[in-house]
Amino acid sequence: MEFDPLLLSRIQFAANISFHILFPAITIALGWFLLFFKLKFVVSKDIKWMKAYFFFTKVFALSFAMGVVSGVTMSFQFGTNWPGFMETVGNIAGPLLAYEVLTAFFLEATFLGIMLFGFRRVPGWLHTLATILVALGTTFSAFWILVLNSWMQTPVGFEMIDGQAHATDWWAILFNPSLPYRLAHMLLASGLTASFLIIGLAAFRIWKRDGKSESMIPALRVGVTVAALLIPLQIYVGDAHGLNTLEHQPQKVAAMEGLWETTQGAPLLLFAWPDEELRENHYELAVPNMASFILTHDLEGELKGLNEFEGNHPPVFPVFWGFRVMVGVGVLMLLVSWAGLFFAWRKKPIPGFVTFAFVAMTFSGWIATLAGWYVTEIGRQPWLVYGVLKTHDAVTTVPGEYVGFSLAGYLIVYALLLSAYIGTLFYMAGKKEILSASAEEHIESRWALETTK
Amino acid sequence: MIFELIESGDWLPFVFVFLMGLSMLIYSVLDGYDLGVGMLMPAGKPAEKDKMIASIGPFWDANETWLVLGVGILLTAFPMAHGIILSNLYLPAFAMLIGLIFRGVAFDFRAKVSVEKKARWDRVFFGGSLLMAFSQGYMLGSYILGFRYDMEAILFSSFIGVCVCSGYCLIGACWLIMKCEKDLQKKAVKWAKLSLLGTVLGIIFVSLLAPMVSLRIFEKWFAWPEIFMLAPIPFMTGALIFATWFVLHRLPTPNDNFSWLPFTFTIGLYILCFYGLAYSFYPYIVPDTLLITEAAAAHGSLMFILIGAIIVLPILIGYTAISYYVFRGKATDLTYH
Repeated sequence: MEFDPLLLSRIQFAANISFHILFPAITIALGWFLLFFKLKFVVSKDIKWMKAYFFFTKVFALSFAMGVVSGVTMSFQFGTNWPGFMETVGNIAGPLLAYEVLTAFFLEATFLGIMLFGFRRVPGWLHTLATILVALGTTFSAFWILVLNSWMQTPVGFEMIDGQAHATDWWAILFNPSLPYRLAHMLLASGLTASFLIIGLAAFRIWKRDGKSESMIPALRVGVTVAALLIPLQIYVGDAHGLNTLEHQPQKVAAMEGLWETTQGAPLLLFAWPDEELRENHYELAVPNMASFILTHDLEGELKGLNEFEGNHPPVFPVFWGFRVMVGVGVLMLLVSWAGLFFAWRKKPIPGFVTFAFVAMTFSGWIATLAGWYVTEIGRQPWLVYGVLKTHDAVTTVPGEYVGFSLAGYLIVYALLLSAYIGTLFYMAGKKEILSASAEEHIESRWALETTK
Repeated sequence: MIFELIESGDWLPFVFVFLMGLSMLIYSVLDGYDLGVGMLMPAGKPAEKDKMIASIGPFWDANETWLVLGVGILLTAFPMAHGIILSNLYLPAFAMLIGLIFRGVAFDFRAKVSVEKKARWDRVFFGGSLLMAFSQGYMLGSYILGFRYDMEAILFSSFIGVCVCSGYCLIGACWLIMKCEKDLQKKAVKWAKLSLLGTVLGIIFVSLLAPMVSLRIFEKWFAWPEIFMLAPIPFMTGALIFATWFVLHRLPTPNDNFSWLPFTFTIGLYILCFYGLAYSFYPYIVPDTLLITEAAAAHGSLMFILIGAIIVLPILIGYTAISYYVFRGKATDLTYH
């Protein structure tokens, strides 16, 4: 059997980054939810908010650890599997990654210690400040990584000297054309992922504890309300991101739409089976002129087809279907969160089928986020840095057998960890008490102390 | 003259190599003690295990970030060297990352799963720490030899792997002496004595072996007049080892005085070993292959990072200090609430 280092390295990187993104997608927004719970407690002095805070702090800590270890793995893989990447664009990617470590990693890692274990040791304000800094750290981290990713999609502000990119304008690199859209899209995606995780775990706990788990009802309401607010916003931002992609990477959009020939009044395909060999679709189910209308705001607008970019466009099938999965999950999110608003806020207990829908949607954010990233990352192929460096030119010279070995190892480890992670979340959600009696007493007495001061 | 030098930017690679070495040194001290505690875990009773974990709980995450910074500087300031070094260390780096993954998550899982599963995650935590420490030593060994793959090189690298494990156990035990009380503290003194023995043997063998297996290192250390200038290093190392031994035999004291001394001495030992290694490699960043100046990224990019680093590093050190201040004194039970 032949071990192709390029193919295996690509699968390994895809597996690693897919596993990694699951956890930042939770923690980026969950940090801000925690801050909200903490502030609600400070204002209302209602212990329910502290219960929600401590429960989701545990979820945060576990997710954060998973994100850290898989993230460190990524940073090593640049060197082990993709040396050509840093050799070609290291002058630009390097500083961006360095700034991420300096401004984000240390901030979140250090204050996480105080946020998690410092509650009894530090004054209340410092504990709240630590929560703010951790949330800021995760958000900064997202900013730097999205700057780098966006630059790889829409590179500007550099010149090539002897095959190496040299920065000419850092401002242009930082705020490159696709950054605002991608950053907003990802932050909202994180908001939705965290909302549905909160909704799912809270609903599970309320069901498991016979609806007596009062502390989770406010958390559930917060999750449903935030999700219902964010999803229309996300649809709007996603649309704007698509228009931006059409401007800079038309072949990616052509693959998303499954459009082979340049067409005026292109249809929106609800279903199709793209066939790259015959360069056509099977079993099309289409809404006439709709794709042109969405992308050009004109029913007869012209869209460029894949045949204009033959040999220089991404594989069509995964991009086409990735896009449909993302949009499909988005529609489900819209339905569940808006219907959920009604059931979560009224005084009666939540009916069984709604609880079921909530729990079923716990990880819906993961599916949509992954599908969306597949669209944009596979959609960039065959380029690693669009128009600058092709993926196959950056790969390692390490023997394919080594890569096969490490890939198998990562897959086993990730499968184990993912099942342990999901199992532990539901175990924690079903456990009898969130706060021990002594902890509750501690919080009550301290609250009394802080108000008399 | 000085202005020309500053303007030329030729000094930038050396600043970055210094910063990289410094973060690796800080990493080996900080993550060294928590890896050491991880490797000592099986020697503690269940209640002691919780205490041991509690002593490193608030810190381990930030400690590990120094590795990301060190490798990050290699990646960003010396992109060429990063590719060569990590492609050559493909399998040991993979082993280290597997260790790192297991260890990092085991720490969190053990506190959150049901009681029956806790012992299993404790074993994962131990195994991950061991694998991580050993592979780091193995990588250091391969690096010293300039990436050879013969039997001699594998044995030498494995030996360095064992040395690094005992060095981490030493600093881990010294950390526990400082952060723990009563029985556990007494046990930690015993562990520190044992791992000091292992570490000393390791230092002696590496100092003798490295010049034997690498001609370049031999020539750097045993040339005139360098040998004269370098003589204080082994002398100081010996003095520190003796001092540590002396203190360990008098601990714990009734009022818990001086329990911080072994940790401080061990940091001194780490600095000296690091200095010796750095001297052996300079001016190469990949031994015998690539010079520091050849591997550096463009000066403009280095300058851009340096400006940020100068602003951020003092803040970073400041809040690290806050964290150590908040969790000062003996370790108490870890609880979120």
